[in-house]
Amino acid sequence: MSHDLSNQEPLLRVEGLTKYYGARLGCADVNFELWPGEVLAIVGESGSGKTTLLNSLSATLEPTSGRTLYRMRDEQWRNIYELSEAERRFLVRTDWGFVHQNPADGLRMTVSAGANVGERLMAVGDRNYGHIRETALDWLGRVEIAADRIDDQPRSFSGGMRQRLQIARNLVTGPRLVFMDEPTGGLDVSVQARLLDLLRGLVGELGLAAIVVTHDLAVARLLSHRMMVMKDGRVIEAGLTDRVLDDPREPYTQLLVSSILQV
Amino acid sequence: MNAVASYNFAYLDEQTKRMIRRAILKAIAIPGYQVPFSSREMPMPYGWGTGGVQVTASIIGPDDVLKVIDQGADDTTNAVSIRAFFAKVAQVATTTHTADATIIQTRHRIPEKALGEGQILVYQVPIPEPLRFLEPRETETRKMHALEEYGLMHVKLYEDIARHGRIATTYAYPVKVEGRYVMDPSPTPKFDNPKMHMSAALQLFGAGREHRIYAVPPWTEVVSLDFEDHPFEIQHFEEPCALCGAEQVYLDEVILNDRGGHMYVCSDTDNCEERREAGHVGSLGVKEAAE
Amino acid sequence: MYVAVKGGEAAIANAHALLADRRRGDRSVPALRLDQVVEQLGLAVDRAMGEGSLYDKELAALALLQARGDLIEAIFLVRAYRTTLPRFGYSQPIDTAAMLIERRISATFKDLPGGQMLGPTFDYTHRLLDPSIVGDDVAAPITREAEAEQAPRVTDLLGRQGLMEPDGETGPDHEVGDLTREPLDFPLNRDLRLQALARGDEGFLLALGYSTQRGYGRTHPFVGEIRIGEVEVEFDVPELGFAVSLGRVKVTECQMVNQFKGSAKVPPQFTRGYGLVFGQAERKAMAMSLVDRALRAREFGEDIVAPAQDEEFVISHSDNVQATGFVEHLKLPHYVDFQAELDLIRRMRAEHDAANLKEAAE
Repeated sequence: MSHDLSNQEPLLRVEGLTKYYGARLGCADVNFELWPGEVLAIVGESGSGKTTLLNSLSATLEPTSGRTLYRMRDEQWRNIYELSEAERRFLVRTDWGFVHQNPADGLRMTVSAGANVGERLMAVGDRNYGHIRETALDWLGRVEIAADRIDDQPRSFSGGMRQRLQIARNLVTGPRLVFMDEPTGGLDVSVQARLLDLLRGLVGELGLAAIVVTHDLAVARLLSHRMMVMKDGRVIEAGLTDRVLDDPREPYTQLLVSSILQV
Repeated sequence: MNAVASYNFAYLDEQTKRMIRRAILKAIAIPGYQVPFSSREMPMPYGWGTGGVQVTASIIGPDDVLKVIDQGADDTTNAVSIRAFFAKVAQVATTTHTADATIIQTRHRIPEKALGEGQILVYQVPIPEPLRFLEPRETETRKMHALEEYGLMHVKLYEDIARHGRIATTYAYPVKVEGRYVMDPSPTPKFDNPKMHMSAALQLFGAGREHRIYAVPPWTEVVSLDFEDHPFEIQHFEEPCALCGAEQVYLDEVILNDRGGHMYVCSDTDNCEERREAGHVGSLGVKEAAE
Repeated sequence: MYVAVKGGEAAIANAHALLADRRRGDRSVPALRLDQVVEQLGLAVDRAMGEGSLYDKELAALALLQARGDLIEAIFLVRAYRTTLPRFGYSQPIDTAAMLIERRISATFKDLPGGQMLGPTFDYTHRLLDPSIVGDDVAAPITREAEAEQAPRVTDLLGRQGLMEPDGETGPDHEVGDLTREPLDFPLNRDLRLQALARGDEGFLLALGYSTQRGYGRTHPFVGEIRIGEVEVEFDVPELGFAVSLGRVKVTECQMVNQFKGSAKVPPQFTRGYGLVFGQAERKAMAMSLVDRALRAREFGEDIVAPAQDEEFVISHSDNVQATGFVEHLKLPHYVDFQAELDLIRRMRAEHDAANLKEAAE
């Protein structure tokens, strides 16, 4: 896991992010910075607000207050909630990726694997069939899907393959930031391990920044540099992953860690 | 209650015509953009050309000369029926000659003879939305047009090539108009797509059931979508028209017997007749003079 | 020598002559008069008026006769006539609370002010074919005085206690839409949605309403009230400064009372689904009110998971004049497009065969 130290400015800056659903709190007063090439894990039990936070960060949800500033490719800092819909959609399909827990939410299940990977290229104007196909083949290889499955629909893929296809589909445009929502949820333990390995390799190799939501501390340990622990909508502890897991300060974090270790 | 005479000129009331003309003007101003309009019930069923009929009814004047074709032919039943409708409710002159017509209403073909300035081609459109079969929701397709998100359109073409080795779309082949809007040219064979590009005529598209009007003004760029390494191409026929010997035209296959015997004849009946009158004869045709 | 098929014009004329002949049928059987259709096929006339969106019994009867009893064809004829009529303005909203009631039932209260009144219903008839109705009968007609008793709407009774959500308010700046004048623009407001449902196909709405009962978008409905009868139509005349009565129309109104709903701000209360149709059309009004409530899912923050809750799906496909036109247009010639497909499939098959031959040879 190599940090890109040449890049001296953060990529994402989150200030006082708060989301209410009516009177109910989703998440409150979240502040952090994310650096290029850095992987941040957000952990907590279900209902702790981590998914609300992820959806707010990725502009899927509009927060009640607060800002999320993103350093665009032209080095301009923009509050993502103030982008026009056209700008936001362009950002989402070029410089960002979103890996859903259920691959069916992030894939087109009725078009071929090749087209699933190629869609983002075509969306940004690639009009060369040969090039699109070659790129798709290359990416299928990188996520360990056999080349002869390129014309098959993901419907015929196993859960692990679908998840890997979803990853390839997201990474093909060379995004700088990827959001992942329980990327290994719903998979068998052996399949999870392989996927985590693959993800760790790709993230390091590409220097991707990533925000990973997970309830699984093992995933956080393996993938992330830094982590934030959430409870009742608030971040109660944050720090380097190894520090938080080896020396948790908050009682709640200690409980989380110990309950994992017991298993 | 019964007399046709009690209907307004060209059937529609003037208020409705003005509403449709406003939609047409807007459509011309934004080439390829689908303008919603308040489609009326017409005395023919939805899906049978009500959009085209409403457009024609709104632009036609007493001095116009109307030609109506369906599948390229003037004598197909629905073309006959629509021509008779306008002859009755607007008392306009009708013709089968492409060159003599000021307004040509069509379903599924563009005449072979290049259209000139001042002519208007009115298309009957069943499904105006080129993205409809990729995304069934109007609220979503509208957004995709607004943001020029047309990647999905190429996904379909990609799938064609991956599966069939070529783009397998043969009609209603999507086009991009003036570099902006992706448009459905109505179910014309892709053979006709190049005729839309830089046409001297005004092209108007009416979709009655779907409440949409769109347009391609004269001298407008109309480009069929494709890939650099799989360029758009039109159909080619192996043999010429059996009646008039024409090549480079769209042909209909006619089955002659139950032993697989068939022949190809012009889909554009007017073009075929004019050629035969001029002395062209195909392999199964006879000289006009012999009749 | 080959001669292309010609004579579309003559074929059409002949077909129409034949249609006219078959429509009239055996000339030794007396021709139906419009008043016979109006009097004895009244519910068919009502349906043609309702889905044709034009309240004129004679015209609807004519349409039925001309359509040989084909209801959708009759509805189409009525619509095509309606669309050519000039628009003078919009009437005042009708007041169904002041209806001259012929039938009124509630499934939610055993008795209520104004009482229950079965009226001319098929309910509780035994569905046994009855040959005795054929021919002229001599039974004296039944005339019934219109009830003078006040019969407030059940939903108003509930509303006064705060148990029922208020009748939909559109807001002071909202101008009620007119789907026959403006193109539909999804998502719709409820006014336009109800207009579309009121002229929607009875069979389609019935099936959708039924689907909500079977779990595809459940709404837990109770028939608060169905009332059928005549209401006054009033028209504002600006020159006069007051509304004048244009006459009476018969309508069927159904108010469905549905499971309550509440939030932090609003105390729990029942919600409503509404159906209103020209003439006596109870099945349609009930189906409409079920579908109306299902389509309010978005408004109440309910998950949209079933076809009946999907506004674009329901409203885009509920009009039978549009539906029949597009389905039936498939019989128009499509040989130009078919030719293109034929050509492509032949080419692809040839390539396929060639590839197989090559493989076999290798």
